[in-house]
Amino acid sequence: MMEKMIFGRYVPADSLVHKMDPRSKLTIIFLFVCVIFLANNWQTYAIIGIYTFFMIGLSRIPARFLYGGLKPVLWLVIFTFLLQIFFTREGTVLFHLGPLKIYEEGMKMGFYISFRFFFLILMTSLLTLTTTPIEITDGLETLLGPLKKVRFPVHEMALMMSISLRFIPTLMQETDKIMKAQIARGVEFASGPVKERIKAIIPLLIPLFVSSFKRAEELAIAMEARGYRGGEGRTKYRQLSWKMVDTLQLVFLAIITVLLILFRS
Amino acid sequence: MKTPIVSLKGVTFQYDGQERNALNHVSFDIYDGEWLAIVGHNGSGKSTMAKLLNGLQFPKDGEITVCGMKLQEETIWDIRSKIGMVFQNPDNQFVGTTVQDDVAFGLENMGIPRLEMVQRVEDSLKKVKMEQFLHQEPHHLSGGQKQRVAIASVLALRPAIIILDEATSMLDPRGREEVLETVRTLKDEKSLTVISITHDLEEAAKADRIIVMNKGEVFREGTPDEIFSMDEQLVQLGLDIPFSVKMAKAFRAEGIQLSKHYLSEEELVTELWTYRSRM
Ligand SMILES: Nc1ncnc2c1ncn2[C@@H]1O[C@H](COP(=O)(O)OP(=O)(O)OP(=O)(O)O)[C@@H](O)[C@H]1O
Ligand SMILES: [Mg+2]
Repeated sequence: MMEKMIFGRYVPADSLVHKMDPRSKLTIIFLFVCVIFLANNWQTYAIIGIYTFFMIGLSRIPARFLYGGLKPVLWLVIFTFLLQIFFTREGTVLFHLGPLKIYEEGMKMGFYISFRFFFLILMTSLLTLTTTPIEITDGLETLLGPLKKVRFPVHEMALMMSISLRFIPTLMQETDKIMKAQIARGVEFASGPVKERIKAIIPLLIPLFVSSFKRAEELAIAMEARGYRGGEGRTKYRQLSWKMVDTLQLVFLAIITVLLILFRS
Repeated sequence: MKTPIVSLKGVTFQYDGQERNALNHVSFDIYDGEWLAIVGHNGSGKSTMAKLLNGLQFPKDGEITVCGMKLQEETIWDIRSKIGMVFQNPDNQFVGTTVQDDVAFGLENMGIPRLEMVQRVEDSLKKVKMEQFLHQEPHHLSGGQKQRVAIASVLALRPAIIILDEATSMLDPRGREEVLETVRTLKDEKSLTVISITHDLEEAAKADRIIVMNKGEVFREGTPDEIFSMDEQLVQLGLDIPFSVKMAKAFRAEGIQLSKHYLSEEELVTELWTYRSRM
């Protein structure tokens, strides 16, 4: 289940979006997050909407996967919607809901903000659904590359991320094993009062910690034995390749931005 | 064959906070192209010695020479590039997220240009017969397969010496044989020097030479034949004598003469079924 949360997000498919360079995808997401704040009337929201659904169409990701990403935040969207409706007191009164007056402006703001949320979530889900975690890591490493000049440990961060990605499944398997071993010794993980269940986590965590430290030490030795001495002078095996689609996608987003500026009120 | 590729002179080492020396005046040579097995009880200092050879630890006293270079701060990276190490736990030496990334890790460290890397990754995975697993993630591989990837990672760096530190001890018999067979073939092909640290005397028996460690000291060195003639002494050192050696001893006690002291299981069988015809 945990594995799904972290890895299961990626859905392999043969689409244009999958083929895009993680650098361009990350840049587009970053720009999208900024650009979405340009929208302030129904025309501009429509443009954003069309753009989002166009990208989803390109990615060929089945809707149920996108819904999976939306589900946990759906309540938040509904909550902000209601908040806007009930607490904005501008414009004409649309109708009465018991003692509450629903204003036109409130209705509008509610819809706009929920849509903004909705599109943001869709686009970011699209990134994780079409890009493997390691690609995201590589993309971030190159994009943040210039920060090395100000001594920001970009290479180390990327290495940490990739080693974590490498060890998550291993540690999952191990957790599973320890859990079974403790169940065999009579520990109850799945039933009993909450306090007892929290206590039951301890005999799970301690062996896990001990073995993780041992792993870390051995891994460090193995890395050093294979000549690891920091990011200096290192070459890279995994290669990112910027293709025509990437440039076109950026141009496309630029056009969308121009349209947004033209149509916003 | 008798040129030393590694030599230790009076090497002493102590871990911080430990009372006893982990290694005590250890001196011996390792010859170019040989298969050397190092055996000894738990805590006899075998792994420590392997770490010293690779400069992962520095000796308190004594001198280590590898491929003509004296081991010190300045030569450490050159020496590391000559020695490849495969460790015991298949999981804890797998750095990359996929097989190919793991093999490439050492090459990336050495700053090898990408095109050459791709070639070397492919070549070395072919050598260990793992080329169809290029994109596989480690948790989908068996222990033996992971160890073969570890060997490929080491091979890609084109070392002169490979150290196996109990590299097969966590594998089942089949995985163990797979890994050892791979190393044997490669050794012949590339005239590698292999240092195999092991608890498995059956495996050590196939080496050119064996060094027996005891409490941080070299207890005895010699050919398998010489080492196994120590019989009971080996048991006292906490080592388990191979079955064929025990059998041969029993035969000798019965007055059946065998051609030499140490025999592998196959040799013993051949000797026995041809016994009558030799008489
Ligand atoms: N990291 C360490 N810190 C402190 N002492 C250590 C460390 N590693 C090993 N030792 C000690 O050094 C001695 C030699 O250990 P070493 O690991 O070299 O033995 P070994 O022959 O490889 O044993 P094994 O067969 O169990 O692998 C032991 O007494 C051990 O307790
Ligand atoms: Mg050891």
